[in-house]
Amino acid sequence: MKYLCLVYLEQDKLHAVPDRECMAYGDGLRQNGGLLAAEALQPIDTATTVRVRNGRLSVTDGPFAETKEQLAGFYLVEARDLNEAIQTAAKIPPAREGCVEVRPVRQLSP
Amino acid sequence: MTATDSVIDTVNTVYQAESRRVLATLIRLLGDFDRAEEAMHDAFRAALEQWPREGVPTNPRAWLVSTGRFKGIDGLRRNARFEALDDARPQVDVAVHDAHAWADEESVEDDRLRLVFTCCHPALAADAQVALTLREVCGLTTEAIAHAFLAPAPTLAQRIVRAKAKIRDAKIPYQVPSQSELPERLDNVLRVIYLVFNEGYSASSGASLTRHDLSAEAIRLGRLLVELLPEPEAIGLLALMLLHESRRRARVSADGEVVLLEDQDRSLWDRTIIGEGSRLVQRALATQRFGPYAIQAAIAAVHTDAATAADTDWNEIVGLYGILWRIDPSPVVELNRAVAVAMRDGPTAGLALIDAILERGDLRDYRFAHAARADMCRRLERVADARASYERALKLTRQEPERRFLERRLAALPSGGNR
Repeated sequence: MKYLCLVYLEQDKLHAVPDRECMAYGDGLRQNGGLLAAEALQPIDTATTVRVRNGRLSVTDGPFAETKEQLAGFYLVEARDLNEAIQTAAKIPPAREGCVEVRPVRQLSP
Repeated sequence: MTATDSVIDTVNTVYQAESRRVLATLIRLLGDFDRAEEAMHDAFRAALEQWPREGVPTNPRAWLVSTGRFKGIDGLRRNARFEALDDARPQVDVAVHDAHAWADEESVEDDRLRLVFTCCHPALAADAQVALTLREVCGLTTEAIAHAFLAPAPTLAQRIVRAKAKIRDAKIPYQVPSQSELPERLDNVLRVIYLVFNEGYSASSGASLTRHDLSAEAIRLGRLLVELLPEPEAIGLLALMLLHESRRRARVSADGEVVLLEDQDRSLWDRTIIGEGSRLVQRALATQRFGPYAIQAAIAAVHTDAATAADTDWNEIVGLYGILWRIDPSPVVELNRAVAVAMRDGPTAGLALIDAILERGDLRDYRFAHAARADMCRRLERVADARASYERALKLTRQEPERRFLERRLAALPSGGNR
């Protein structure tokens, strides 16, 4: 089963964990077949929010919601069940600085 | 009574004794709470039809599990055919593959433990863990749980539905945690059980001080856990609940008023329960791996060992709170230790400790801290301070008998200020 691990960090902690540590963890996971994708994101000042209402495009600056902790990156992992996904998420290096939200992936029904 | 009536009686008895075990195993075999519940009810319905005709089977539980499993798989196959659900297929295969596991006694006991750990999974909302445990492990109806927690039944039902949906959609596994996860996961199970007990023992709001049914359920859960997983803290928690329970009849007067420990009629304490609780305390302490529950139980045992309030070994209690504080350095533990110190060394010593805690601001809104402070000021004849603290405690209490108790104490103070 696929789980998306969303990493949240406060602005001033975005670089609290060295990049190479996150890369090393991702590489290890990938070698075990536990990682499908992982990326870090630019800070929210670079975010643009897009909506389409009544067929009209609306574009605004910033994230969809202002929160103290921002989405800093993600790991899409493959795990047997939630317990395994939690174990995987707990070892994501920024988990000790911010938090990691674990969400099961929903299969779209055709 | 006709033969059919007596079989119906038997089915009812089997339901009382075995329905939770049957459910726990069916959840494993069918891989889904709702499907398992439905299959279990189908199985009992089949028993009502078939047992009068064919006689009661030698092993009713095995019969029910096997019938329930068959009905559950049958339902799955029907769904798969009618709705052409692709994902129903592998689950059918899993269930068939597991065909013999249900008969084995050990795996059936494991199923009950799997059920407890799944209902108390920390990924579920805290109040949902409590509701789900009472519903699935204890077999209480949603209405009964709602009544006990003074919550509307639809709210409770919603909580349970959401929790089951999360178990299914986020795939919370139906298993006993591995040795490395066990301590934290067990803590969570114990927390849920103790919460249920406390809700029954000292209701957090409302008119009635005790709601016995919930405490009884919590003790039943505690016994089940000790039977299945005799870890020192599980034993400690059961001991603690039993020792509190032993004093139930003495802690509320005939007219529903609070009676403090020191004023309780100790002949009302249940000696049989105290005996069982004390033996469990010894068993937990002997493991040398005990934690906060075992120590709190040991403290409760010092009280129940004392023939009169004056005989209480306060020195022992102060020492035990000291040990507890090293494991769990919380301000509430510190407060309890301060009260014990006041009993051992006098109110001046206790008051100094309480004032230090309150000054830090930790327990500013904790009614028992103000009530304890008021009591010490009263004993020191600092009437104005006592009055201020009783009034603060009164503002914070949500419970009628407690409110009346504090009002009585307040009214009994002499008029005037500090001496």
